[in-house]
Amino acid sequence: MAEFLRVLTDNWSLYSQGFTNTVKLFLVAAVGSLVLGTLLGAMRVSPVPALRAFGATYVNVLRNTPLTLVFAFLVFAVPKLDVNIDYLPAAFLALTLYTSAFVCEVVRSGINTVATGQAEAARALGMTFLQVLGSIVLPQALRSMVPPMMSVFIAMLKNTTIAAGFSVLEAGAIPAYMSERGEPQFAVLLWITIGFLILILPLVVLQRFLERKLAVAR
Amino acid sequence: MRITRVAAATLMATLALTAAACGKEGTPAPSGAGNGSGAANGDTCQSSGATFTPASSVDLTGSPTYDKIKSAGKVVIGVKFDQPNLGYKDAQGKRCGFDIEVAQLIASKLGVDPAKIEYKEIPSANRETAIKGGEIDYYVGTYSITDKRKNDIAFAGPYFIAGQDLLVRKDESAITGKETLKGKKVCSAKGSTPIQRVRDEGLTEANNIVEFATYSECVSQLLDKKVDAVTTDDAILKGYAAQNSTDLKVVGKPFSTEKYGIGLPKTDKALRDYVNAQLAASFADGTWQKIYDGTLGKSGSPASPPALERY
Amino acid sequence: MTQATVLYDLPGPRARRRNAIIGVVSIAAIVGLIGWAVYRFWQTGQFEARKWEQFQYAAVQRELLAGYLATLKAAGIATVLALLFGALFAAARLSDRWILRAPATFVVELFRAIPLLILIFFGYYVPLQYGWSIDKLWALVIGLTLYNGSVLAEIFRAGINAVPRGQSEGAYAIGMRKNQVIRLILLPQAVRAMLPAIVSQLVVLLKDTALGFIITYPELLFVGKQIGGRLAFGLPYVPTYLIVAVIYIATCGLLSVLAWWLQKRMGRARKTSAAVLPTKDFGDAGRTAI
Repeated sequence: MAEFLRVLTDNWSLYSQGFTNTVKLFLVAAVGSLVLGTLLGAMRVSPVPALRAFGATYVNVLRNTPLTLVFAFLVFAVPKLDVNIDYLPAAFLALTLYTSAFVCEVVRSGINTVATGQAEAARALGMTFLQVLGSIVLPQALRSMVPPMMSVFIAMLKNTTIAAGFSVLEAGAIPAYMSERGEPQFAVLLWITIGFLILILPLVVLQRFLERKLAVAR
Repeated sequence: MRITRVAAATLMATLALTAAACGKEGTPAPSGAGNGSGAANGDTCQSSGATFTPASSVDLTGSPTYDKIKSAGKVVIGVKFDQPNLGYKDAQGKRCGFDIEVAQLIASKLGVDPAKIEYKEIPSANRETAIKGGEIDYYVGTYSITDKRKNDIAFAGPYFIAGQDLLVRKDESAITGKETLKGKKVCSAKGSTPIQRVRDEGLTEANNIVEFATYSECVSQLLDKKVDAVTTDDAILKGYAAQNSTDLKVVGKPFSTEKYGIGLPKTDKALRDYVNAQLAASFADGTWQKIYDGTLGKSGSPASPPALERY
Repeated sequence: MTQATVLYDLPGPRARRRNAIIGVVSIAAIVGLIGWAVYRFWQTGQFEARKWEQFQYAAVQRELLAGYLATLKAAGIATVLALLFGALFAAARLSDRWILRAPATFVVELFRAIPLLILIFFGYYVPLQYGWSIDKLWALVIGLTLYNGSVLAEIFRAGINAVPRGQSEGAYAIGMRKNQVIRLILLPQAVRAMLPAIVSQLVVLLKDTALGFIITYPELLFVGKQIGGRLAFGLPYVPTYLIVAVIYIATCGLLSVLAWWLQKRMGRARKTSAAVLPTKDFGDAGRTAI
């Protein structure tokens, strides 16, 4: 037990640095994928076929590609095209590009859950497009989007660990450093697990709370 | 019925994939880079020409590792796969290089046909754990002998002495030695001795240290100008420089002494003594020299056998 | 799509004209984007024969095939084990006895919260720490099984719970025991509702085998890195990763088509009272599985 605690206290700076970067990656990529994903979602429900096709292609390509490959492509292949991205921005970008495909799907299926009759009734009342969107469709769609969106972000938080293979010092990179220092890996990994539980638990609690609060009978 | 159709479609897809794998035989010959460097011809693996006949009688008792090798009829050796002229695997899966041949030499002395060797690619960071866990019988792959590692495993050798150096782009003029690394991005393999030295001596800032699993990834990043120098033992760097002499060069001011040893299980003293004796024999009878000249020696610098350090 | 969606009315002549203009502009933008990418490829010599040449050789194709088979092997074993794990823990979570329910809930929730990479590290480093050799394949398979098995357990449980109460109440009323109710009444109906979500999770599992490269399991991405890192061929990372991506997308796409086909087939022969698992839990029939 003392040994177990020692692993954390002796390597505290590594752990705190690692998890700080994990949180940073998570926050930046969350904002990025929310913006890009919503944009793609808007494309997929737009009345313009070209935009719909582009959105669909993007989603299907990214969703069927391992995130690890997205990382590898950005770090090893893209520089060959004379486009230089540093490691941390590359990690942000990889997480954003990948996660936004899933955000897009949440947005699209959220909007599709709203019954057509709702908007038809609103239009019959003479509401404009923006009024229909702002007062009728989005308030209903957002409710059904929140829980799956939270799932996507929880998954993204866990996915940040993949950056470890691409020269970003985040929580997933800690085991390799510890192997160098000769620390017992079981304790090392247990502390990382605890760290992730601390980060994820509030998100899960929030998700369950919102799920209950936003539940609607349809 | 429907399930059958899906199964048939899957089968056909698999067959199509297999059928697609009918290409030209032989090894692709690299064009452009690497010509005229005197290195092993690009990706074609060329061995030194030394032959290793398995010993018919092995005088080794009290070694649990050897007993395991004997009863299994094969030996599992940890190696590197991406270091030209040292530990390399070519497109046809053939392995070659100095370390590989040393591994084969030892295997033959343990009575195992070099053809029966099972190679395992172990990244630098996992070497001690792999030896301790018995995943491999021994490790030959630019493995520096250090006191810290001796806590976990044992070393036979050294069988080669290298020094840490820097690989830079050909047009690089600012980096001339280890003192000039400040503010430059330096790349090396995760968990390797060289990157620990850079960190310990503070040769560059902590956030300028870049680590990947293998040196080839570092070399790729160097050519892409994402890092400014790759640091590790000169033997490894010369192998790369020889492969692309138009874009890369080795600075040529070694700032350490790395003694390459053969990593063995810590408690197996009988095996260690035996391997040391075999290394000594190969130093004396010219086998070592033949292996060196046919592999690492091609990158230009001569070498002679080091002095063994038995303990 | 000529039908009105929730967002837009059927377009009139003016809206049609406007949409056509936006369409042309966006096509131009997309073509421009692709053109720029192709130009960069061309300008940096990615289309040079030297970089692609080696893929014509059987030796290199065999390498790729070996990597692909290693990926399929890990995914195949992990799929079977994860389905078993999921079934076992879903059954435990549905049990009436808290002594089964509580630990199963704990295990499922825990493994869903740990990053898969960390689970794989547990499988890889910890046995080594105790002097116990483990094959990399199994380290990867253990990680994949624990994570995806836990997710599948949740899918199974939700699927069973999605069958309307009347079904089980009716079954209990005619004197069936819990075992019979689940086996004969709930499962057959739930399976149809769950299939798309299950297949989607299996796509996730297949993609996640790519994490094996970090512990140097020789799967497709690892092989790609080896081929791409050959200095003698001008570091052909770009062509190699493009080829690897196509293989992944084709394989996962095939599975996605299977999911879509299963879903369609269920829609046709609807002998179940259980709704296909709702968007709320699994997104577009599980396609938000990430």
